[in-house]
Amino acid sequence: MVSARRMRTLAASALVLVLCGCAGGPALPSPPPQRFEQAAVDQGASLAKLGDCQTCHTAEGGRPYAGGRPIGTPFGAVYSTNLTPDRETGIGAYSRVAFERAMRRGLRRDGAHLYPAFPYDHFSYAADGDLDSLYAFLMTRQPVRAVTPPNRLIPPVGFRPIIAIWKALYFRPGRFTPTAGQSAAWNRGAYLVESLGHCGACHTPHNFLGAERRNRVLDGGAAEGWYAPPLNASSPAITAWTADGLYAYLRTGIDLDHAASAGPMSTVSHELARAPEADVRAMSVYLASFMAAAPAAAGPPPSDRAQLASRAHPQGALLYAGACAQCHDAGAPMMLEGRPPLQLGTPLHEDSPRDTIQIILQGLEPPVRPAGPFMPGFADSLTDGQVAEIAGYLRSRFSDKPAWRALPAAVAKARREGAS
Amino acid sequence: MTITLRVNGRDHTVEADPATPLLYVLRGDLQLNGAKFGCGLGQCGACTVLVDGKAVLSCILPAAAVRGREVTTVEGLGTAETPGPLQQAFEAEQAAQCGYCIAGMIVRAQALLSANSAPTDAEIRAHMQPNLCRCGTHMRILKAIRRAAGLQPQPSRPGA
Repeated sequence: MVSARRMRTLAASALVLVLCGCAGGPALPSPPPQRFEQAAVDQGASLAKLGDCQTCHTAEGGRPYAGGRPIGTPFGAVYSTNLTPDRETGIGAYSRVAFERAMRRGLRRDGAHLYPAFPYDHFSYAADGDLDSLYAFLMTRQPVRAVTPPNRLIPPVGFRPIIAIWKALYFRPGRFTPTAGQSAAWNRGAYLVESLGHCGACHTPHNFLGAERRNRVLDGGAAEGWYAPPLNASSPAITAWTADGLYAYLRTGIDLDHAASAGPMSTVSHELARAPEADVRAMSVYLASFMAAAPAAAGPPPSDRAQLASRAHPQGALLYAGACAQCHDAGAPMMLEGRPPLQLGTPLHEDSPRDTIQIILQGLEPPVRPAGPFMPGFADSLTDGQVAEIAGYLRSRFSDKPAWRALPAAVAKARREGAS
Repeated sequence: MTITLRVNGRDHTVEADPATPLLYVLRGDLQLNGAKFGCGLGQCGACTVLVDGKAVLSCILPAAAVRGREVTTVEGLGTAETPGPLQQAFEAEQAAQCGYCIAGMIVRAQALLSANSAPTDAEIRAHMQPNLCRCGTHMRILKAIRRAAGLQPQPSRPGA
């Protein structure tokens, strides 16, 4: 049912659309030649790592920040743009004002709307000084001529002016306000998580039009066929997260009480490993303040129910013995290297089987090279039914949560979504 | 337990625990010693074989999991008398030093060339990435794969 308030909003946005002629704003002039302080460039480099700009804005095998990577959305692919200062194909003609307008209001230099795959709903909260630094950093990169491929979006989403309606419905630009009574580190972490870090872009659930649901901030979302677990008191982890644990996880890509960072998260760890230590610590302090008291970690870990699981999933038990136990059983050489025991692995305790399935299919790359966990993927070795058997076995052996249902179909779906 | 496996175009019946890694059955029961035991943990690629044309790590694949699927080992790609195209190319480029990784390398390269007869250099490198060589013959291995694909040899780049 559509509420009266929603109806009014829709009517208002339709009016706005007509009045504006669907354009987002005026075209802005290009800047004269500029010089940047090295300190600002360096600060911008750190902020770009905290925001992980490079991952989305670099194509497979492409030059850093030159864009061209397809970003999957429920409506098709949006191609990331070229952030190098090439005047024709990059942001070389963006003035500081045009850059800020893009970051805070989601508008291109020519005034057209930008798709919210570019998370300006977060970046609008960035501090002015940080935008200065980011601008200095990007404008001093080597210009790369790289034309951004046209987006592949379904109608009517492919019609760019329609973004005006999305913005009217969901986009609420704002400024970050520190919370009184919290520590400086907590507030710094809050700022980074909510603005440039844009954690909610994956970890907050989205509505049917791809907007973050503001009443469920960091309550668990999705990314590239993976489940992005909650970063609040709904955390499914069965051992409590601490600021130190989060710091280790974000910075090194592995925390022995929870998991190794996998899938889209591994690129985040890769960047945070090179970001300022104090900033990563601040993000950990902030997130731990919500996650540490999660009820899922209140009791002792569930016991290992190997026999029960073997009876319920004999095929899964067999496959586990031949494919997994060499590394994952207690006392295995890999475990002596320092790996999270499977029973503590957060994915096995999540409501969704997606992360467990994706890890089996795709494996893990060391997020922070050169050292770190490497698990080969089993996508080519095992059938959907076999992966489903292993997932079902692991769930019933190590988790006291309800069994995952319709696993073979979930594996087939994960395979499709993970193949990019 | 009796397991029937189809390896290099022939059916074989072996007695083994169904969780036994495929590698052990190939080497121990079928005397196919091309695939090697390197790490036993799926980290090095020396045990690579093809299952339905895809490169897989046979040390962490239970034999029972490949029932009804086509397994190909390096022995299935040619013999000493009549080596296959990749085997000829590896010989011509002298791509083996100690040779321990080479069966796995050839088999993984076969999976690539079967799916993509003219891969780019970047595609070859990305595809071969899981297989390790401790002698350091990577440049010759890459040349051999390009030769087998009938691609122009590329000059080696220092440090590449």
